Amino acid sequence: MTLKTADLDLAVPVTGEAPCRRAGVLTRESRTAYAFIAPAFFLLTFLVAYPFVLSVWFSLSDARVGTTGSFVGLGNFGRLFSSSIFVQTLQNSILFTAAALTAKIVLGMALALLLFRIKHFKRLIRGAVLLPFIVPTALSTLVWWWMFEPLYSVVNWTLKSLRLADHDIPWLPDPYLAMFVVILVNVWRGLPFFAITLLAGLVAIPRELYEAAEADGAGPVGRFWHITLPLLTPVLAVVILFSAIFTLSDFNIVYVLTKGGPMNMTHLFATYSFALGLQGGEIGQGAAVSLFLFPILLAVVFLQLRLVRKAALYE
Amino acid sequence: MNNAIAIGRVRRTRRRRALRALFTIYLPVLPYVLFALFPLYFMLVTSLKSNAELYDVHSVPFWIAEGITASHYTLLSAETPFWDWFANSLIVSVTATAISVVLSVLAAYPLARLRFPGADSFGVAVFITYLVPPSLLFLPLSSVVNWLGLSDSLWSLVVTYPTFLVPFCTWLLMGYFRTVPKEIEECAMLDGCSRFQSMLRILLPAAVPGLICAALFAFTLSWNEFLYALVFVSPAELKTMTVGVFSELIRGDIYYWGSLMAGACIGSIPIVIAYVLFLDYYVSGLTSGAIK
Repeated sequence: MTLKTADLDLAVPVTGEAPCRRAGVLTRESRTAYAFIAPAFFLLTFLVAYPFVLSVWFSLSDARVGTTGSFVGLGNFGRLFSSSIFVQTLQNSILFTAAALTAKIVLGMALALLLFRIKHFKRLIRGAVLLPFIVPTALSTLVWWWMFEPLYSVVNWTLKSLRLADHDIPWLPDPYLAMFVVILVNVWRGLPFFAITLLAGLVAIPRELYEAAEADGAGPVGRFWHITLPLLTPVLAVVILFSAIFTLSDFNIVYVLTKGGPMNMTHLFATYSFALGLQGGEIGQGAAVSLFLFPILLAVVFLQLRLVRKAALYE
Repeated sequence: MNNAIAIGRVRRTRRRRALRALFTIYLPVLPYVLFALFPLYFMLVTSLKSNAELYDVHSVPFWIAEGITASHYTLLSAETPFWDWFANSLIVSVTATAISVVLSVLAAYPLARLRFPGADSFGVAVFITYLVPPSLLFLPLSSVVNWLGLSDSLWSLVVTYPTFLVPFCTWLLMGYFRTVPKEIEECAMLDGCSRFQSMLRILLPAAVPGLICAALFAFTLSWNEFLYALVFVSPAELKTMTVGVFSELIRGDIYYWGSLMAGACIGSIPIVIAYVLFLDYYVSGLTSGAIK
């Protein structure tokens, strides 16, 4: 097979070098390439591509724990849309992703601009700000849980001491406040990624542009809108697309803090799929829920690749 | 005289500039630093505070007033298989990292250097798998793991972690390999080196920062992994750190907050140490995905 594809390639004349010598090199080069790639290729085929196909099969079947199940067409998806919990999960996912992403974009941009101008204690401050992204999320979310614990919440203690609240606020038992806390923790963890990546984008913008704009009388706001933002757009787009996937597919924070409750008001696709497929044994339904991540994944991959191509054109 | 006035003016503008920097940069950045660090500080404080003070609603929660205690840590050591979890995390992370870095070097090399049919599609495939979140695959993967007879063993994690590590490391290493000039390798090959030898002896030594970066990220991602470890391994003594602390220390409605925080602290320490030692690698690895 290797030989065949390589032979096909020979038909395309390569400019420059002598064709026959090039041909020999190419065949050997391809063979080496395939040999090098083989282990990763088999790993990804067997443990990513195959499970994905399996997931599609599960979603179209009535598979339960211990049985392969039989084909039921789009039955699982139909049942999901008539289930109020799933519709709630869909709403939660949209709200969670939209709110967390917006907060991370705005705060991350502001933080990147600040970090960019810092001269003293640069490494220390950057290091401190990046820390939440590195610490294991499942463990750091535990401390957030403790901080919002009903009786001994440090947040409530502070609010009461500052006379901003006169009673303990039930953060996690309240559906809307629980959603707020879950978003807050996601922003806490994801903000460093935005800030550090945007900072790298800022550093790459040529200084001369700002000097020229300043000479032309542009103020700081004008410089931000007309130079920083347009030149940062590609990086910003990539960061947003990346974060969109990882925010939408979040499992750890919700599972540790609320397990999807109270009253399923914080379930996301991942946690609901876990609850249905593993805890409930309804593998078919669970797989169908998790597959809702796929169209978004595809959209992101498509946009991402277009961006990469575009960037390559500019180079 | 004139000189003195000039010096005074320079000093004044300098002081004004410093003041402006303080108000427009350092003070605004302070809330961010506090927001980032407070939960981690609070984790540490809670883990060292005695239960009497911890559950006294009138005491100030921000610091320790009545003496530091190690009791939460000793409870963790004595009553839970905590050090087993630690060892499990270490074994899984080190093995998965080693496997992933080797596979990724092998896959990234041809993608960065060689021309072969299918190179583009393989590159795109790696990129797509890089973006596939574990929460999309855990259900079918758990049946694959079952079928392989690996469930409830650490092997299930050693085998599945590379599925998200290899795409990430391959992508990262491709970028690094491209920055090493092709010519040095071509020279070595004219001298009779094979592709494999030239990669091993010429390219890899030149790409050491990339290798460190890939290994660090692979280790961090494995150590922090939660979902697969939760799904594939259920015996208490075989759990990894992240899952063990969460699932074994919460019994019904009784929370051992001090020990939970102690576990969270020790579980974060290896990563924090690696992070402090290799901060620049973390920053470059984090940004290379988006910038390169």
